[in-house]
Amino acid sequence: MLDQPDLTKLVFGRLTWEAIPIHEPILLTTFIVVALGGLGVLAALTYFRGWGPLWRDWVTSIDHKKIGVMYIVLGLVMLLRGLGDAIMMRAQQAISFGDTMGYLPPHHYDQIFTAHGVIMIFFVAMPLVTGLMNFVVPLQIGARDVAFPFLNNFSFWMTACGAGLVMISLFVGDFARTGWLAYPPLSGLAYSPDVGVDYYIWSLQVAGVGTMLSGVNLIATIVKMRAPGMGLMKMPIFTWTALCTNALIVVAFPVLTATLALLSLDRYVGTHFFTNDLGGNAMMYVNLIWIWGHPEVYILILPAFGVFSEVVATFCGKRLFGYASMVYASVVITILSYLVWLHHFFTMGSGASVNSFFGITTMIISIPTGAKIFNWLFTMYRGRIRFEVPMLWTLGFMVTFVIGGMTGVLLAVPPADFVLHNSLFLVAHFHNVIIGGVVFGLMAGITYWFPKAVGYRLDPFWGKCSFWFWLIGFYFAFMPLYVLGLMGITRRLSHFDDPSLQIWFQVAAFGAFLILLGVGSFLVQLVVSYRRRESLRDTTGDPWDGRTLEWSTASPPPLYNFAFTPQVHDNDAWHDMKQRGYVRPLDGFLPIHMPKNTAAGFVLAVLSTVCAFALIWQMWPLAAAAFATLMVATIVHTFNYERDYQIPVDEVNHTEGARTRLLADHV
Amino acid sequence: MSDHAAALAPGATGADENLSFHVSGEHHPENGTLLGFWLYLMSDCLVFACLFACYGVLGRSYAAGPSGADLFDLPTVAVNTSLLLLSSITYGFAVLEMQDNRRGATLAWLAVTGLLGAGFVGVELHEFGHLIHEGAGPQRSAFLSSFFTLVGTHGLHVSFGIVWLVTLMIQVARHGLIAANQRRLMCLSMFWHFLDVVWIGVFTFVYLMGVLP
Repeated sequence: MLDQPDLTKLVFGRLTWEAIPIHEPILLTTFIVVALGGLGVLAALTYFRGWGPLWRDWVTSIDHKKIGVMYIVLGLVMLLRGLGDAIMMRAQQAISFGDTMGYLPPHHYDQIFTAHGVIMIFFVAMPLVTGLMNFVVPLQIGARDVAFPFLNNFSFWMTACGAGLVMISLFVGDFARTGWLAYPPLSGLAYSPDVGVDYYIWSLQVAGVGTMLSGVNLIATIVKMRAPGMGLMKMPIFTWTALCTNALIVVAFPVLTATLALLSLDRYVGTHFFTNDLGGNAMMYVNLIWIWGHPEVYILILPAFGVFSEVVATFCGKRLFGYASMVYASVVITILSYLVWLHHFFTMGSGASVNSFFGITTMIISIPTGAKIFNWLFTMYRGRIRFEVPMLWTLGFMVTFVIGGMTGVLLAVPPADFVLHNSLFLVAHFHNVIIGGVVFGLMAGITYWFPKAVGYRLDPFWGKCSFWFWLIGFYFAFMPLYVLGLMGITRRLSHFDDPSLQIWFQVAAFGAFLILLGVGSFLVQLVVSYRRRESLRDTTGDPWDGRTLEWSTASPPPLYNFAFTPQVHDNDAWHDMKQRGYVRPLDGFLPIHMPKNTAAGFVLAVLSTVCAFALIWQMWPLAAAAFATLMVATIVHTFNYERDYQIPVDEVNHTEGARTRLLADHV
Repeated sequence: MSDHAAALAPGATGADENLSFHVSGEHHPENGTLLGFWLYLMSDCLVFACLFACYGVLGRSYAAGPSGADLFDLPTVAVNTSLLLLSSITYGFAVLEMQDNRRGATLAWLAVTGLLGAGFVGVELHEFGHLIHEGAGPQRSAFLSSFFTLVGTHGLHVSFGIVWLVTLMIQVARHGLIAANQRRLMCLSMFWHFLDVVWIGVFTFVYLMGVLP
């Protein structure tokens, strides 16, 4: 017989009212704001009768364009959270000197730097990159959807649910206090007995499944679904970089899954992979996690390189310089990215030979990357450069990223790394390449493809404000950290004794404030552009005089992307079509075969999340029930064979006729 | 619109050359399921690679506990290995029958495959139970942690394979050997043979090399 407390423990596991942080004013205020905001959204949805359309057109949609947009919305929402964390850290470090302890207690500060890293990499950069690839790749290769449309929807919801788990940890229990890679033994049961690391593990496991499947999906799409005539060496560079990135996802993410699974076995079952006793080896974890982690940074940067290639060619009005070398450079980076992981811990003590090997492979990566920089410069040389907002981001990238690359080569020298390891120099370096490379690339990409996705351009004035705030803010925020790092200041500190350092942190905090204004300008830009949408409307489908196939269809594209599958003759397929006087077909349309929407992906992802939440709090019966339901739901889904339908020819005629009239009205 | 352009069939040709810029008629891209499944298998292969690497690093960290030579019973493993390898052959027979479009024979061979797989899992569970009973559970040492995880992950894969196999048998019985079911059978076939290949690695690196002094 179970008595009452045992039953409670069986059902709720470790979850008690203690887990709700009502005694922490910062968290409580955040919770109230989030709750009010959430209620506002729910009320607005009900008032405007938005639930039906939200469910039918978005949640269950397997249209790659809508899924791409949802990924980007997810990434932008999480950017606000990650930025909030960044501002809090900068504020703390700017004031916490001598007798002043700042406003964040250490255990809260440690959660913030962990959450900041996890969120910015997994739930901002990854969704934004995946979203852009999802939206753009099928359009660029002349396909009507991805290879596995249902899987695509499922992948998105797994990513979103992973982000949801991190958000829940803010208000129910704690997040990890271990840093974004959760090194053991600190992340082991002995030193992190609470739920923080479990939130970390399960949110990344849930999101990781989504990322891995979306990698498989996009590779199959690019390999199998290119329009006739588009050989591999005729693919747009963005598609090439997407192919490399997804190949990296497929070879890197399983390593993360396995590593986190081993860590969870240590925590849940009591095994000894990474423990200090009974033969465990914590450095095994560090090696494994960086075998995933280093390819991960190339997973993020390669699509950004692809964006810059598209943007430079379009806004200079020239064919990209050195197409073949660009492809080879991307592939070489892809391969080398797997051979450098040990440079993250030269101080492990693996010996001079091993460190030399990894130092040299790391330095070699700068060669293909440098080749890319020169290719972009030579594309601009004698081009007619239009300084539109995407081009500004590209120029800002080319200057900033080169600085970050050079500090990277400095860190690749093992003796230098022994001095700079774990210092603020490192923090400055990776923000230099991730903000200057990935974020600028994503902002360029979002601005560039926004009219294709939504049908109107973004307001350029606020775009320029956002760019300049970001660029100047970046230099103010991170150049001081290079200086501090060279002085030997280590990362992740919530308090300093030496008052002479304070001015550098205050400058960095000012920089973070400028970046906040940059993000604010971007939000204002979205609102202003929406209000001015009629004057910013893209009626042609080709607002920038683009060169690749996505600009040959309407903005936003119809459900089926292309009424007829394009036939490709040149690298810059759409530019080639325009040069040769291509005339858009006006009749002869056929019914189009398309996949049907389904709720299965959403349901499976929610069940996975319930299972993960139950595992975090050790609610074993709920976890078992959720897992069993998940299995049954998956099997039931496989019994559905009717997954396609035909878009009738009348509907195609109607859609294409509307575009014909639109084009005629705006000649 | 100029007369020149209007004289051409819209869209079908360019102005200066006789180039077509779109596919007239329906375009069916190739099905990517088998490629996609291959990619998944390769990613799964990397999960096993990590587990093998862990075993490689930790496999001799006995922590003063039992070693492979003390624990492994090679005759049992030989039975286990034969069951799994036989099941791969019988799955091959099922695919041959599928290609001749014989539903009953396909189902029969699939059933044999499933039974052999279940036998494999049963023997493995028995072995695990025996080890844990002897005090050589996964908590005993890093060697045993990595042993149980590597072998257990493989066993878990075989178990999921059996669930999948039963599901597919119901679907084949219900809908016949239609194209969708044939594709699914080919995916499961790749999965099953893949697990066989992984087991050969486990058998060699864990058991055979483990009993070496």
